[in-house]
Amino acid sequence: MFNYIIKRLLALIPILIGVAIIVFLIVHLIPGDPAQTMLGERATDQALERLREQMGLNDSLPVQFWRYVKDLLRGDLGRSIMSNNPVSAELMQRFPATLELSFFAIIFAVFVGVPAGIFASMNQNSWFDNLSMLIALIGVSMPIFWLGLMFIWLFAVELGWFPPSSRIGVGLEFTPITNLYVIDSILQFNFTALKNVLHHLVLPAVALGTIPMAIIARMTRSSMLEVLKKDYIRTAYAKGLKRKIVIFKHALKNAMVPIITVVGLQFGVLLGGAVMTETIFSWPGLGKYLVDAIYARDFPIVQGGILFFAGVFVIVNLIVDLSYALVDPRIQYE
Amino acid sequence: MSESKNEKNMQKNTNPWFEAWRRLLKSKIGVAGLGIIIFLILVALLAPVLAPHDPFKQNILARYKAPSSEHLLGTDEMGRDILSRIIYGSRISIQVGLVSVGFALIFGVSFGLLAGFYGGKLDMLIMRFMDIMLAFPSILLAIGIVAILGPQLKNAMLAIGIINVPRFARIVRSSVLSIKESEYISAARALGAGDFRIIFKHLLPNAMAPLIVQTTLSIATAILEAAALSFLGLGAQPPSPEWGAMLSDARSSLQRAPWVATFPGLAIIFGVLGFNLLGDGLRDALDPKMKNV
Repeated sequence: MFNYIIKRLLALIPILIGVAIIVFLIVHLIPGDPAQTMLGERATDQALERLREQMGLNDSLPVQFWRYVKDLLRGDLGRSIMSNNPVSAELMQRFPATLELSFFAIIFAVFVGVPAGIFASMNQNSWFDNLSMLIALIGVSMPIFWLGLMFIWLFAVELGWFPPSSRIGVGLEFTPITNLYVIDSILQFNFTALKNVLHHLVLPAVALGTIPMAIIARMTRSSMLEVLKKDYIRTAYAKGLKRKIVIFKHALKNAMVPIITVVGLQFGVLLGGAVMTETIFSWPGLGKYLVDAIYARDFPIVQGGILFFAGVFVIVNLIVDLSYALVDPRIQYE
Repeated sequence: MSESKNEKNMQKNTNPWFEAWRRLLKSKIGVAGLGIIIFLILVALLAPVLAPHDPFKQNILARYKAPSSEHLLGTDEMGRDILSRIIYGSRISIQVGLVSVGFALIFGVSFGLLAGFYGGKLDMLIMRFMDIMLAFPSILLAIGIVAILGPQLKNAMLAIGIINVPRFARIVRSSVLSIKESEYISAARALGAGDFRIIFKHLLPNAMAPLIVQTTLSIATAILEAAALSFLGLGAQPPSPEWGAMLSDARSSLQRAPWVATFPGLAIIFGVLGFNLLGDGLRDALDPKMKNV
């Protein structure tokens, strides 16, 4: 197992280098002058020239690439044009908000999607089965930002149950430590804040988690149906075991591998969805920051942000791969 | 006479495409998907006839009018008729689906054929490149590309086309690899067939079934992705009646006019659902074994 992890980590290196190259190429090879884009159509030639010089755009591409790689290895992603702070600091400051949102979204998706899928598979072709599969089908066809809008309209505007935006109420006494507000408020025994933070989390997390929930439910159902047809399940029943034990002990364990794959893949989808959800709910995380940076033409932030997201995505996929071994006794890593 | 007719019938029945088409028409979801798509295409073609109002005509006096017999789905912040805009918007969504997936298809299939057929270093180079592209959450890669190219519908289509290339390349490559070494390919080669003939006459048709399924499902995601980009202001620009773009101003008017946000979203779901249903139906019809492509 340990050797396998090392091998997989080493295999990541070329992928990450490739990712870095692509992000570099996106910014540098596509026609158009970043300096011109940043300063706008009416910029003077002098101003343009100064900015190009400052950004190192006058050097040859290989020289620029080398400098970019050197900076990258030191963790230096450049400075934001909007704030002039280091890009890495700006990203790290906002990442916890995205992490917290994604975590609760995936919790919602798994804890609703998996039981729904199991229940549907146990009662194949029942009204519950048909309904949940219809919801799943609509779920994969639905734009996440529209779902967010509908949630805000229904639960925030009409019913007033949840706040429509931001992470925490204004004027609340609270000092962030890790920027994971749930953890921070628990650490400080500040339960007023905790309640408030959770209250703010519900709508965006459920909105972000709904589409993955639909996909997970669908996958759980088909994976369970597949396993329930196997001979050893019949044997288990024949031995006189209770249905509950057969389903949860015999079937679910073996149906778990495809389910975990889908959960992992959905975590990646969540990261993309976070961009939309955060924009809708004014959630101050990485996704919203990235979109704001695009509007402001803050290229270092855009470049660093995409790189960061891709890095997280790659690592999540690795963790998913490794977790197979934990649930599937047939897989053994050399 | 009747003998030749019989022969013709038999030929018809053994044609795998005909067989698949028959299976598709038998599946409920396939027919539902097909029906939605045909409806969508008719709406797009007949937009000038169907739309009750000019989709671009602003009327400050009729802002945020609730759904009524005059405006079936209400009006937006400029007093434009939402139903008419949704009808015209179908043209854009169909165009986005076809153009961006067409792009992905052309490049993906070419890369997949080259990698699978020639193998070796070229294969490694192409497929590593595809792996790297798949290392990005796809919508983010699209956002990155559009951010640099500039926010326009045609750039959004290009970006969506690019992010869909790896999927097609992988499908074609694996299908080529699975039959490249089979005997009938060697036989074709022995008969003097060149690379070109082998690729287009023997290898590509074999990849057709998974490609058709992937194309249909990709059109669905392409429409969603384009709507997302337009919603963020990175795709179709105002006053375009693109469905995602129609939603981008809706947030501020949720309290006043929730219909501005509701109906374009339902239109997106309807269109995307059509392609998803047809894709699922095609997958079952073309190859029941192909569940996990």
